[in-house]
Amino acid sequence: MKIRLRLVSFSAPIIALGLAVGLTSLILLGIGKDPIETFRMMFEYGSTGKSLVSVLNRTIPLYISAIAVAVGFKMGLFNIGVEGQYLLGALLAAAIGTSFAIYRPIHIFLIMLIAVVASSTWAAIAGYLKVYKGIHEVISTIMLNYIGTGLIAYLLSTVFFDEDEKNAIPQTVELPESGRLPSLNNVVGIEDLPNLHGFLPIALLLGLIYYLLIWKTTLGFDLRVTGANPVAAKFSGVDPKRLTIIAMIISGAFAGLVGMGPLLGYFHQYTIDFPPGLGFAGIGVALLGRNHPLGMLLGAMLFGFLERSAQILDLRGVPKEIETMMSAFILLIVVVFYEIIRRYIVTQQIKDASKKVESST
Amino acid sequence: MNKAISVSKITKSFPGVLANSDINLEINEGTIHAIVGENGAGKSTLMKILYGMVKPDSGDIAIFDNKTVLNSPKDAIDSGLGMVHQHFMLADNLTVLESVILGIDKATFKNINLKRYTSEITEVINKYNLNIDLNKNIDELGVGEKQRVEILKVLFRGAKILILDEPTAVLVPQEVDELFNNLRDLKNNGVTIIFISHKLDEVLEIAEDISVMRGGIMVNTVSADGISKKDLAEMMIGKSLPKPPKRQSSISTSEILSIENLSAVNENGKKVFENISFKLNSSEILGIAGVEGNGQREIVEAIIGIHNYETGTIKLENNTIDDFSIRERLNLGISFIPEDRQAQALIMDMSLTNNVILGRQSLAKYKTKLTTVNLTNAAKASESVVENFDVKTPNTGTIATALSGGNQQKYVVGRELEDNPTLLIASQPTRGIDIGAQALIWEKLRNTRDEGLGVLLISADLEELIGLSDRIVVIYQGQFVAELQPEEITPEILGSYMTGLKK
Repeated sequence: MKIRLRLVSFSAPIIALGLAVGLTSLILLGIGKDPIETFRMMFEYGSTGKSLVSVLNRTIPLYISAIAVAVGFKMGLFNIGVEGQYLLGALLAAAIGTSFAIYRPIHIFLIMLIAVVASSTWAAIAGYLKVYKGIHEVISTIMLNYIGTGLIAYLLSTVFFDEDEKNAIPQTVELPESGRLPSLNNVVGIEDLPNLHGFLPIALLLGLIYYLLIWKTTLGFDLRVTGANPVAAKFSGVDPKRLTIIAMIISGAFAGLVGMGPLLGYFHQYTIDFPPGLGFAGIGVALLGRNHPLGMLLGAMLFGFLERSAQILDLRGVPKEIETMMSAFILLIVVVFYEIIRRYIVTQQIKDASKKVESST
Repeated sequence: MNKAISVSKITKSFPGVLANSDINLEINEGTIHAIVGENGAGKSTLMKILYGMVKPDSGDIAIFDNKTVLNSPKDAIDSGLGMVHQHFMLADNLTVLESVILGIDKATFKNINLKRYTSEITEVINKYNLNIDLNKNIDELGVGEKQRVEILKVLFRGAKILILDEPTAVLVPQEVDELFNNLRDLKNNGVTIIFISHKLDEVLEIAEDISVMRGGIMVNTVSADGISKKDLAEMMIGKSLPKPPKRQSSISTSEILSIENLSAVNENGKKVFENISFKLNSSEILGIAGVEGNGQREIVEAIIGIHNYETGTIKLENNTIDDFSIRERLNLGISFIPEDRQAQALIMDMSLTNNVILGRQSLAKYKTKLTTVNLTNAAKASESVVENFDVKTPNTGTIATALSGGNQQKYVVGRELEDNPTLLIASQPTRGIDIGAQALIWEKLRNTRDEGLGVLLISADLEELIGLSDRIVVIYQGQFVAELQPEEITPEILGSYMTGLKK
């Protein structure tokens, strides 16, 4: 694709952001708040050092969640179940990971492995149901989310319940020191700020792995081809059943790592406070970032930033729900503009091709 | 005589294809008017325009002398025009009565007045002699009956003009007779019928006026009286249009494909082909002739591995491939040109370079040691296809959608021949493309045949089938009914075998 067209495709999220700011401003005006002052407050608060660390910490799981969703999207599968998958993975990893203590890198690796295996197994159930029982993955993953949440509540209050603790809050035992990922503050020289989760480089590495997997491997090629034209994919030798299960397993594997940033870097145990909703938020980030590793990274950072910077609003008398609305505006608008731009690019390419035909005949 | 429809100067182009160019057409009220032309001639586009499914780029339509702008099929139905599609739009689990009234009422919370509908519909059935039982379930009906339900649906909605899109393609001869009787009854009751077909015998039997389309233009409209099939065929194919000149080849004696006693049923348990046996040697083009829907597509899909077969054996060279997956079969050297390039052979919004890999993902050539896609080799291969097959494109990074139909097809054929296949299955290899692309594809197919390729050719273009094939087998209702030498037959003879008239 020509550079000119590539640039055009960047315009959609920028237009969406602009229009979302506009619409949000109208709503702020409607409830009698000053939009300029509101956005200034948000920006000022969101860009403090403390906030930036928090934004990055939020970005990590959001980004990985988006990747998990995007793996499915690329082949036309809607894994709505990242939510249940990552929570279940995080619980099992926290519960089992606390039962031993070994050399730190191995310990951390094993904790991640437990999460990956648990989450991808959970996701594979939806794959199996789709392929062999004809149940659409949207239905099955939503149901599995409910079942997963119930299962977590049960496990947390019975099997993993720490009876020695007198506080009686359902939670797993804290991970031993060797199972905790140190913060990056010393590495980047920000000792005076809150902890920057050590999972950040791993998240970036996962982005790279996702990119290589989807755009460079033959498996990724099969995924993309199936997503774009399932019939042609089948004619080209893709086994859609096998691929569906593989895609769900890979998607679930990424999902398993969603909870690892918060778990290894901050919570060190699974509690009822463990952040929910990241799986659903990832769907939005994947949409905004068009399943592209860089796009999703920027999207995750944007949403992380909005979420963090909105925390000041309640203190200043502006309802912070305005941020949720703004995120939703961005998503709605960006979907529309991506389609407009996609059509524009196709038309341009058709024009180029027909020019070529005219000039050669 | 009053005009039921008059169309003037209709033009419609799709990306890279001029589907309808400056079409004029007048249809007299109360007549059966046939529109004939080969696949890709523009008949369907014109009908979709009349039925409001496609908007023309320019031109006017008048229905019963009222100039009309049709934005949707609803507009067409409101103006008294209804269409019966080739593929029925019926739900198996509804009764005939439910199917007919489906969508008539606006959705409200009121009861449906079934009694009133039953008597009204029965009136229509009796008026036009349609012979349908309203209480039967759709899945109990035969094909001919389903078609009558479709006709009943549009008549009940007040249609005075009926468009029938290839209505006989799915029917057996007795059903065709029955349909024609129905159509005559309709006509005698004042209904105007537009009959789309490429079967000239049928058209001459049923129609009063015949319009011929070719390559997006309206060639001529003639009266069915005093015109011969030969004249019509010439108008349809066009005298200028080349048919592949015969060229002898020396068929080698080495067998590459051997099929024995293959039988299969479809998902409804109906036999699609039975006891099919044939052999194909290298340097041979074997044509399979048959009216669409007689099992040839399923045979091809069985060889590729897409369609299951209950009994029989397929051997490719020395391998029995019955248990092989699609991919394993492709890797053994089977190449496949599917009949619908856009739906089956290309990823329209991927680049040509990505498309060259399609079907060959697991060939060593397109894979690196790390099982990543070898884009260097893919780029080379697509460059070579573009050059050898004269594909007109800015470069190989262009997405497939951007190319015209002919160039897309040249690219698909080139891709399938790029990696020296052993067996090529070519399904409608030149359907709906321009003359130049067609001639080039013919030439390439023959050249690779001469170099040792075995080709299984399926085509609705009988001239193409006769011109290219070294041997032709005819399939009729799932069985091979004849084996013919192409130099001894004409399209007419072939056609009579295909329709079961000759055995």
